[in-house]
Amino acid sequence: MMAFLKLLARNRLALAGLIVIGAVVFLALITPLLPLADPDVTDTPNRFLPPFSEGALLGTDHLGRDLLSRLLWGTRLSLAMGLAAAVIAATIGSAIGIIAGYYGGRTDNLIMRGVDMLMAFPYILLALAIVAALGPGLMNALIAVAAVNVPFFARNIRGITVGIAHKEFVDAARLAGMRDREIILSEVLPNVLPVIVIAMSTTVGWMILETAGLSFLGLGSQPPQADLGSMLGEARSALITNPHTSIVPGAMILVIVMGINLLGDGVRDALDPRLKSGALSRPMPATTVERTGPVPAANTDSLLDIATLRTEFRVRDRLYKAVGGVDLHVEKGECLGIIGESGSGKSVTALSVMGLVASPPGVITGGAVHFDGDDIIGAPYEVLRSLRGRRVAYIFQDPLATLHPLYKVGDQLIEAIQSHESVSKHDARARAIDLLRSVRIPNVDSRIDSYPYEMSGGMRQRVGIAMALANDPDVIIADEPTTALDVTVQAQILSVLSDLRRERGLAIIFITHDFGVVGQLCDRVAVMYAGQIVEEGPTEAVLHSPQHPYTSRLIDCVPTLGGGQRKLAAIPGLPPVVDRLPAGCAFAERCDKAQDTCRVSGIELFATGAARKTRCLFPEIEQERRA
Amino acid sequence: MTGYIIKRLLSAIPVLLGISVIVFLIMAMIPGDPATAILGSYATPENVEKLNRDLGLDQGLVPRYFIWLGNMLQGDFGRSFALNRPVLDEVLDRFGATLILAGTSFVLCSLLGIAAGVISAARQYGVADKAITFVVLLGISIPSFFLGMMMILIFAVQLKWFPVSGMWPIYGDRSLWVLMDHLTMPAIALAVVATGVIARLARSAMLEVLRQDFIRTARAKGVHERRVIWRHALRAAMVSIIPILGIQAGFVLSGAVYIEIVFQWPGVGRMLVDAILKRDILLVQGGVVFIAACYVMFNIMVDVAQALLDPRIKT
Repeated sequence: MMAFLKLLARNRLALAGLIVIGAVVFLALITPLLPLADPDVTDTPNRFLPPFSEGALLGTDHLGRDLLSRLLWGTRLSLAMGLAAAVIAATIGSAIGIIAGYYGGRTDNLIMRGVDMLMAFPYILLALAIVAALGPGLMNALIAVAAVNVPFFARNIRGITVGIAHKEFVDAARLAGMRDREIILSEVLPNVLPVIVIAMSTTVGWMILETAGLSFLGLGSQPPQADLGSMLGEARSALITNPHTSIVPGAMILVIVMGINLLGDGVRDALDPRLKSGALSRPMPATTVERTGPVPAANTDSLLDIATLRTEFRVRDRLYKAVGGVDLHVEKGECLGIIGESGSGKSVTALSVMGLVASPPGVITGGAVHFDGDDIIGAPYEVLRSLRGRRVAYIFQDPLATLHPLYKVGDQLIEAIQSHESVSKHDARARAIDLLRSVRIPNVDSRIDSYPYEMSGGMRQRVGIAMALANDPDVIIADEPTTALDVTVQAQILSVLSDLRRERGLAIIFITHDFGVVGQLCDRVAVMYAGQIVEEGPTEAVLHSPQHPYTSRLIDCVPTLGGGQRKLAAIPGLPPVVDRLPAGCAFAERCDKAQDTCRVSGIELFATGAARKTRCLFPEIEQERRA
Repeated sequence: MTGYIIKRLLSAIPVLLGISVIVFLIMAMIPGDPATAILGSYATPENVEKLNRDLGLDQGLVPRYFIWLGNMLQGDFGRSFALNRPVLDEVLDRFGATLILAGTSFVLCSLLGIAAGVISAARQYGVADKAITFVVLLGISIPSFFLGMMMILIFAVQLKWFPVSGMWPIYGDRSLWVLMDHLTMPAIALAVVATGVIARLARSAMLEVLRQDFIRTARAKGVHERRVIWRHALRAAMVSIIPILGIQAGFVLSGAVYIEIVFQWPGVGRMLVDAILKRDILLVQGGVVFIAACYVMFNIMVDVAQALLDPRIKT
């Protein structure tokens, strides 16, 4: 509760709303105590006095009544009406909702059908019908507004109750022999009460507006008694000659409703956990770049060269160093595997290349990515855009989520082509068909007009690959493209990729956590752990003689088919959280060879042979020689 | 798709029946003798007697309902005693004016609301976002009838840009241009609240969608950001925006009652309020059933639009 209030107070607008509403309510409460003129005493000689007149601060209305006094009494009445309507609607609506939700079955069905019927009316029609039947008047308007809002509460509270009615403690109460009415009152009601109160607080402003509206139409409070709505309604005939009589009550309604809205928004925000975590931020077109320090030169003159890349996530006051200085490169026609557990930073590394890391919260804070000789970190948006998909293409995991659900796959392919080339839709479609054939999709002519949800996972991933190939890129970055697929489909996808690479001379960066896949496809492999590369080298060499303890443990985790009953060696412990990395080797805590020296300071990536590198003080093979 | 439309139309039948039952029950709450209430206290006993017989008021609640329903299905909504003409004729005459007003407002609030929401989301926390958020807050807080009055004061009385009220001038031609001149202010006043609500919901729907994986895919393809926002994201966000448009149509229709009063617009809303004040019960009853039925039909159109937009909805 305190945390909630603090959060509310932090929202300055909500606080302003609270203050405004507090002040209005306070004024309404003390109105009878104030030395005001009688609001209903007419004084026609002094009609339409302007504001700031002697004895009438806000002037007088068409019957010479003091506007200030009428405003305060009217506010009092409007607030009371709105609140009363809210309480009545909440009570009746919640009762209906709880009964429907608790009993379920036919009772629920019948009640909710009725509620749906009521909701089929534009709200004012129902209110007008009720007032028409009962006759205009304050109480009847109140009944009408309350009745119109009953369905809202019934529906919301029913939803909550259905969730609670099947909880263990309700079952327990039933087993204990409690009667339904007792269970509802003692077990269900206390749990839905907060929801009722919140729903009420968000609708009270609305009800004030509605009752004022009915009074404005002359169907609510009857003269001489006035609420804000009927004051405005009566002033309307003098709108042009004496606008102040309209502005005074109208502005008051505006202030009240605005205050309630501000407060309501604040409450809603304070209750929404996603806002606290910043998860509602939208990612920008390209990742934010805030490079401090000098931009490193390329390590190699490869097609794609990543040099000491650093990418962080800034979530509130936490800093997650997802990528902590990664060096990688890939040659033309080469396949580089990046392997590691979830959260090791391999995907973030790959997404950083084309500025696709969600930002906020992602920020690239250092390093360089040289593509074809030029550093593209922090390049202007249009430069990045023209590279994306045309020179460097991506294939993502889970194509059901990564393909647009509402466009046909053919149109998505055509769009990929037309984003970089001005070709006619007809030609682009012909090329899309060729692309789908090249990834061995059967019945292309009908498949091209399918929606993603109509395809199997394997077919969708082929579409994903076809899309990546659309503009004949130089590099394809495949981010766990086979993870969501079953093994046979996985093998097919890999063979498609492998063939394409041979035919087109593609460079592939293949991200996976599966050594089997790496062995099948990749020339070189880099192993990532806690945002850093811990070992790199030719695939064969790394797989057969891993040098970093982490790599060898990782390989030991892989069960071998037909390898007999072997103990699978899971790695004890968990990878470190990247907002609290240890000073020394990040793997030290889980490593059974770790010495004190490992924990002192960061460890370099040593060259440990031809094309091999290891970030370990005690690499497995050459241990003796170094010692 | 045709099958889906037929299915939706059939499913409207119980809703329409339910609406008629609810209106009937509300009208049955009228205290005292309904015929006297309808004809007013100066009616002769013979007339009261006759009306009671015509409406079946001398019978029980259930037969009365079916007599009323049967008459309505034959196009007989009863007779307005105050206007001395068939209810349906009067409602149909007035409905056109309401349709023009509410329809224009609905188009206005849909387009502006969605555009504002999309821009707001695309520039989240930017100047445009903050400006839109503030205007929207103001818009959803101002009662439409007060806004209408202030607009008359400023734009009609002070600046003389638009006529003060009415749909047509008393004398003069009835061209489209003249209509637009009269329509502008009431249509805007009516649209403001709904625009604000739609803008808010469109903004959050867009923010929700922009975090989805397929947006990243579109960007990775090299699709231009403008297209990412207005095609990829908006198309997906429309799935949650369209139902809101359906709900807001109901609010626009409701708000039309106030706006018709403020701007002396000769629509059904004003007719209903006048009828209530004159205790013209049959006119209220008929008008309410008619508009509610139209609204149900409109919502079916919304559902169909939704199905057209989202192929995943089983047709």
